[in-house]
Amino acid sequence: MTTLAQEFSKGILKENPVFRLLLGMCPVLAVSITAVNGFGMGVAALFVLLCSNIVISLFKGFIPARVRIPAYILIIATFVTIVDMVLNAYASGLHEALGIFIPLIVVNCVILGRAEAFARKNTLSRSIIDALGMGIGFTLSLTFLGIIRELFGAGSIFNIEVMGAAFQPMMLLATAPGAFITLGIMLGLFNLIFKRLGIE
Amino acid sequence: MDLNLTAIIFVAILANNIVLNQFLGICPYLGVSKRIETSLGMGMAVIFVMTMAAIVTWVIYTVFLVPYDLVYLRTIAFILVIASLVQLVETVLKKINPTLFRALGIYLPLITTNCAILGVALLNVQAGHNIIQTIVYAIAAAIGFTIAMVIMAGIRERLDLADVSSYLRGAAVTLVTAGILSLAFMGFRGIMTL
Repeated sequence: MTTLAQEFSKGILKENPVFRLLLGMCPVLAVSITAVNGFGMGVAALFVLLCSNIVISLFKGFIPARVRIPAYILIIATFVTIVDMVLNAYASGLHEALGIFIPLIVVNCVILGRAEAFARKNTLSRSIIDALGMGIGFTLSLTFLGIIRELFGAGSIFNIEVMGAAFQPMMLLATAPGAFITLGIMLGLFNLIFKRLGIE
Repeated sequence: MDLNLTAIIFVAILANNIVLNQFLGICPYLGVSKRIETSLGMGMAVIFVMTMAAIVTWVIYTVFLVPYDLVYLRTIAFILVIASLVQLVETVLKKINPTLFRALGIYLPLITTNCAILGVALLNVQAGHNIIQTIVYAIAAAIGFTIAMVIMAGIRERLDLADVSSYLRGAAVTLVTAGILSLAFMGFRGIMTL
């Protein structure tokens, strides 16, 4: 039985949803154009993941196994709607930037995957820790990718000009192909790092 | 109207491909594009489900959500519709055409969590398409998905035989390939705009 600390850290490193489990790719590629967008999407997904893990773990005795997937989808969709409306009200810039990918959180494989693989079989406290770990891992990955793409694609980090006036940004990174290529190379890099560190 | 439809088709398949440009449907794209036959099968299933889902969600949006001021229920309603639709399609297909079911069957459950289906449904209502434009856009988008996936499958079949560094093997090199493909498709932009 793993300790709580291990549950938490596995989501950040060993079982990082983006770089190791390869889940939730769609939003990763689309919103990581700037660091702020990446961070915002990560926080939104973290909120939905946490709430849905809590509810599903609490109700795991009451949801019949045969209808569990539609039930989980309903629960997740409710929290996604809440996040959508809250972002629309209090962070309309972010809401517009994330656009269609906020409602698409409901089909984010990370959230449904954790509900199916973890929350319905584990206690409330472990589900919370798992959600926090995975969610923070997801957010960190998104923010990291966002920083790289924003730094080289626009010369800034979190909208602060870092590279100076003489910097010619690599427009490729701010576009669709750049997203694919950056993520692919990052994945390769992480494979290299993990192998060198001995984690498999 | 006709020119508009042609523009929709061209844009959906080439200029604004849902996978290579709008990042919808990446998970199945990376997962199923290993061989050309499976890619074609998945593509057929996607065309089938995406069109039906687009029609049904459009109807629900226009007939129920908008008139009764329930637009905020959009996400919940759409995803439930899509999940039930896939279930229904599976059951009906099993009964009336077992051959087709066996060909498409394994892909259908995968399609429920496919962000492309929900994404295209949302894109249609967001763009305010009427029912004809919705159907055309859904079919065209799904065809674009299929084309992108079949091209990727062709490349991957050859990549399997190439000498790829062990760190880049698998998803990493596939993503870089997708990036180059996306770059190629970028060439179609600006030829025709909506």
